Amino acid sequence: MSSHAHGAHAAHAMEAPTGFIRKYIFSVDHKVIGIQYFLLALAAVLVGIVLSVLMRLHLVWPNMHLPFVSGGLMTQEQYLSLVTMHGTIMVFFVLTTAPQGGFGNYFLPIQIGAPDMAFPRLNMLSFWVTFLAFVAILAAFVVPGGAPISGWTGYTPLSGLGEVTGPGEGWGQTMWIISISLFCLASLLGALNFIATLIDMRAPGMTLFRMPLTCWGWFVTAILGLLAFGVLLAGGILLLLDRSAGTSFFIPAGLVVNDQIQPHSGGSPLLWQHLFWFFGHPEVYIAILPGMGVASHVLSTFARKPVFGYRAMAMAICAIGFLGFMVWGHHMFVSGMSPYSGFAFSVLTMSIGVPSAIKTFNWLGTLWGGKIQFTTPMLFAIGFVSLFVSGGLSGLFLAQPAVDNLLHATYYVVAHFHLVMGVAAIFGIFAATYFWFPKMFGRMMNEPLGKVHFWFTFVGAYCIFMPMHWVGIAGGIRRYADASAVAYLQPLQPVHHFMTIAAFITASAQILFLINFFWSQKSGPKASKNPWNATTLEWITDSPPPHDNFAGHFPSVYRGPYEFSVPGVKDDFVPQNLPPQEVARTKE
Amino acid sequence: MLTILQVILVAVTVYVFAATLYNPPPPISEVGRAVDEQYKLTLWVTAVVFVLSQLGIAYAVWRFRDHGQRSHFSRGNNTMEFIWTTATIILFLGLGILGRRAWAEVRFMPPAADAVQVEVTENQFVFNFRYPGPDGKFGRLDPKQVSASTGNPLGIDSNDPAGKDDIVVPTLTVPVNRQVELHVTSQDVIHNFFVRELRLQQDAVPGLIVPIHFTAEKIGQYEIVCTQLCGLGHSRMHSYLNVVSDADYDAFLKSGGQ
Repeated sequence: MSSHAHGAHAAHAMEAPTGFIRKYIFSVDHKVIGIQYFLLALAAVLVGIVLSVLMRLHLVWPNMHLPFVSGGLMTQEQYLSLVTMHGTIMVFFVLTTAPQGGFGNYFLPIQIGAPDMAFPRLNMLSFWVTFLAFVAILAAFVVPGGAPISGWTGYTPLSGLGEVTGPGEGWGQTMWIISISLFCLASLLGALNFIATLIDMRAPGMTLFRMPLTCWGWFVTAILGLLAFGVLLAGGILLLLDRSAGTSFFIPAGLVVNDQIQPHSGGSPLLWQHLFWFFGHPEVYIAILPGMGVASHVLSTFARKPVFGYRAMAMAICAIGFLGFMVWGHHMFVSGMSPYSGFAFSVLTMSIGVPSAIKTFNWLGTLWGGKIQFTTPMLFAIGFVSLFVSGGLSGLFLAQPAVDNLLHATYYVVAHFHLVMGVAAIFGIFAATYFWFPKMFGRMMNEPLGKVHFWFTFVGAYCIFMPMHWVGIAGGIRRYADASAVAYLQPLQPVHHFMTIAAFITASAQILFLINFFWSQKSGPKASKNPWNATTLEWITDSPPPHDNFAGHFPSVYRGPYEFSVPGVKDDFVPQNLPPQEVARTKE
Repeated sequence: MLTILQVILVAVTVYVFAATLYNPPPPISEVGRAVDEQYKLTLWVTAVVFVLSQLGIAYAVWRFRDHGQRSHFSRGNNTMEFIWTTATIILFLGLGILGRRAWAEVRFMPPAADAVQVEVTENQFVFNFRYPGPDGKFGRLDPKQVSASTGNPLGIDSNDPAGKDDIVVPTLTVPVNRQVELHVTSQDVIHNFFVRELRLQQDAVPGLIVPIHFTAEKIGQYEIVCTQLCGLGHSRMHSYLNVVSDADYDAFLKSGGQ
C-alpha cells in the first residue's frame, strides 16, 4: 500500500514547481498549503482579538470613543455584531483552521513518512475555498446593514426572517451563511483528504499504534469533520432557502414581528438548533483534539520520557470523538427540548469527563519522573494541561441540566468554553508553533522572547477567564451590550473592569509573538535537522523539508513514536526510523 | 516559577469559592435549594480534582525539572489506568445521576391541579403575562389581531367571549407558597425567561408552548431577564416577578392587574 503510494508519487520530486504562483500561491505542496492555512488563521486571530478587546472596552467604558467603530461610540447592534463576528471568526477561521488545516496539513504526511497528501489538488482547493469563506465573512462588515447580530450560533427565527428582526439580519446574515457554508465545504474536502492520506500512505512499519499522538488527533478530528460539517452545510442551505426562497424549515406559523405577520408556516426553530449543535459540539473537539495530540507530543519530548499510557491516550482520543457526537443536546437543556432527552444528554456528557480525565492523568504521568526541559513549546504544553483541567472541570456543572438552570447563558459558560476550547486550543497552537517553527522555516525562534510571551499569556488568560466564572455564578448574562437595565448586574462591574484590563494586556503581549515569528524567519539562528533531539519522522529530514519531504529516501519505521531514555541505549532518544542494529548501546 | 503560579492559581480559586465572594442570592423555592445542593456537591467533586491536578502539575514541574538526571523510563501502568478510569466513571456518572432529582422536580413532574395558570408571551423586547381572569379560561389568540399599538399585543380574538376578561400585564405577579404554572412562548424570535432566585430558566420559542412550574416561598420583588440573544434590545428586555400575599394577589386579580 505504502510502496504503491510512493510509486504514484515518484514523479512528485521532479515536479517541484519553479514559478512564484505555482510555488507559493496555487501550490499543491501540503507544506505550502499548511503555511497558507496558518497565515490565514493568523490574520483571522488578529481580527478576532481586536473585536474582543473592543467588546471588553465597551462593556466597562460604554462612552469611550473606540477605533474601528463607525461613529466612535459603539451602539447595541454594533456590540452584538462584534459578538457574532468574534465567535464566528475565532471558532471557524482560527480554532478549526490553524491546528488541522495548518499544522495537520504540514506535519501529518511527514510524520507518517509520506511525500504529500493523498489528493494534492483537492488540498489546494480546500484552502482556497476556505480563503473565499474568510473573504465572505469579512464582507459582512461592509455590506448594507452591517454584520449580523444573531451570534455565532445563528439561532433562527432571529437569523431566518431577514432585516425585519434587526440590523445586520439582511445582507450581513446572508454573507454569514454563505461564508459558513463555503467553510463547511472546504473542511469536508480537507477531512476526506486527511483520512485517505493517513489510511493509505503510511510508511512501511508505521502501524496505527506507532503513529505519533498528533496523527491520532488529526485523524479523529478529520473523521469528526467528515460527519459534522456536512450537517451544518445542509443546515446553512436550508436557512438560506428560508430567507430567500420562501421555505419554512425553521419558522413556524403565526409569527408577528412589529405587528406584521410573517409569511411562513410549519417549521421548527429547534430543528436549526439540533442541526447546528450536531455540528457545533463535535466542532469543540475538532478545535481541541489536535491540541491534545500536540500536548502529548511536546510533553513527552521535553520530559525525555515516553508518553505515559500511549494506547490509553490514543483510545481516549477515539472515545472523546465517539462520545462527542452524542452530547449536542447539552446546549439545549432549557431550549424546550424534551426534559427526558436532556437527562440522557446530561449523563452522556458527564461520561466524556472520563476519557478527558484519562488524558489529564496520563499527561501528569508523562511529566512524573521526567527530566523536564522548560523550552517555550514545553511551557505552552504544560499551560495547555493546566487550562484544559480548569476549563474542563467547569463543564461538569454545565453538563447537569439542573445546575444549567442557574448557569445557562451566563458568563460562566463563556468562561468555560474560552478556557477549554479557546485558550487551551490556542496554547496547543502556540506549543505547535514554537515546537515546529525550526522545521517549517529552518530557523529557531527566540527563546527568551517566547518565554516572556508565555508568562504574559498564561497569567493573562487566567486573569481574564477565572473571574469570569464568578461573574457567571452571580448571574452575569452574556451577550448583553450594556448592564444598566438589570440592577443585580451592577455589583459585577468592578470584576468586568479587572477582566478588561487583563484582556488588554494579554492581547498586547501577543505582539511579542508576532515580532518573534516574523523576525525569526529572517534572522533566527539556523536550525539543524533535529534541534530538540526528538524521535518522530519530521526530525529526520531537512529543515525545512525538501519538496517531497524526504528527498527520495523514504523512511521505514521500526518502533513507536516516543522512545526516550530507553534503558541500555546510549542516546536518550531513538528515532522511529533507526534500524535496531544501528541503535548505539551502552556498555553494560 | 510555573510551580509558584500554579499554587497561586489554586489558592486564589479555592479562596474565592470557599469564601463565596460571588454567589447568587439565596433561592426562594424548594427546587432552587435542590439546585444549589447539586451545585455545591459538584463544587466539592471538581474542587478535589482541580486542587489535586493543578498541585500535581506544580509539584511535577518543580520536582522533575532538568538538573542533569536521566528520566525514569516508563511506558505507563495498566493498574493505575484502571483505577483512575473506574474512579472517574463512578465519580462523574454518579454526579450526573444524582443531578436528576432537581431537574425532575421541575421538568418531569406534572404541576398540581390547582396551580395558578399564567401565560408568558415574549416579543422584541418585552414580556407579556396573561391571566385567564374570573372565568378561568384563556381567550383564543389570533395572530391577525396582534396590535401592540392598540393595546392588544397578544392578539386576543375579539370574537371569543373567554378572552374578554383576560388580564395582560408587563410584570408577573404570583401568590406566595402556591404553585404557579407558566406556559412560556414567543411571538417572534427566541427569548428566555430567567429568574435567578428561582434557579429557573426557560427559552421562549415561537411555535412551542413550554410548561414549567414553581412555588415561590418568599414575598418580594425579583428581576426577570431574557438570556437568549433576541436582537437589538436584548440587554434591555427586563421585567419583575412580584411574589405577594394571598390577599394582595386577590386584590391584584380583582383590579384587573393594577
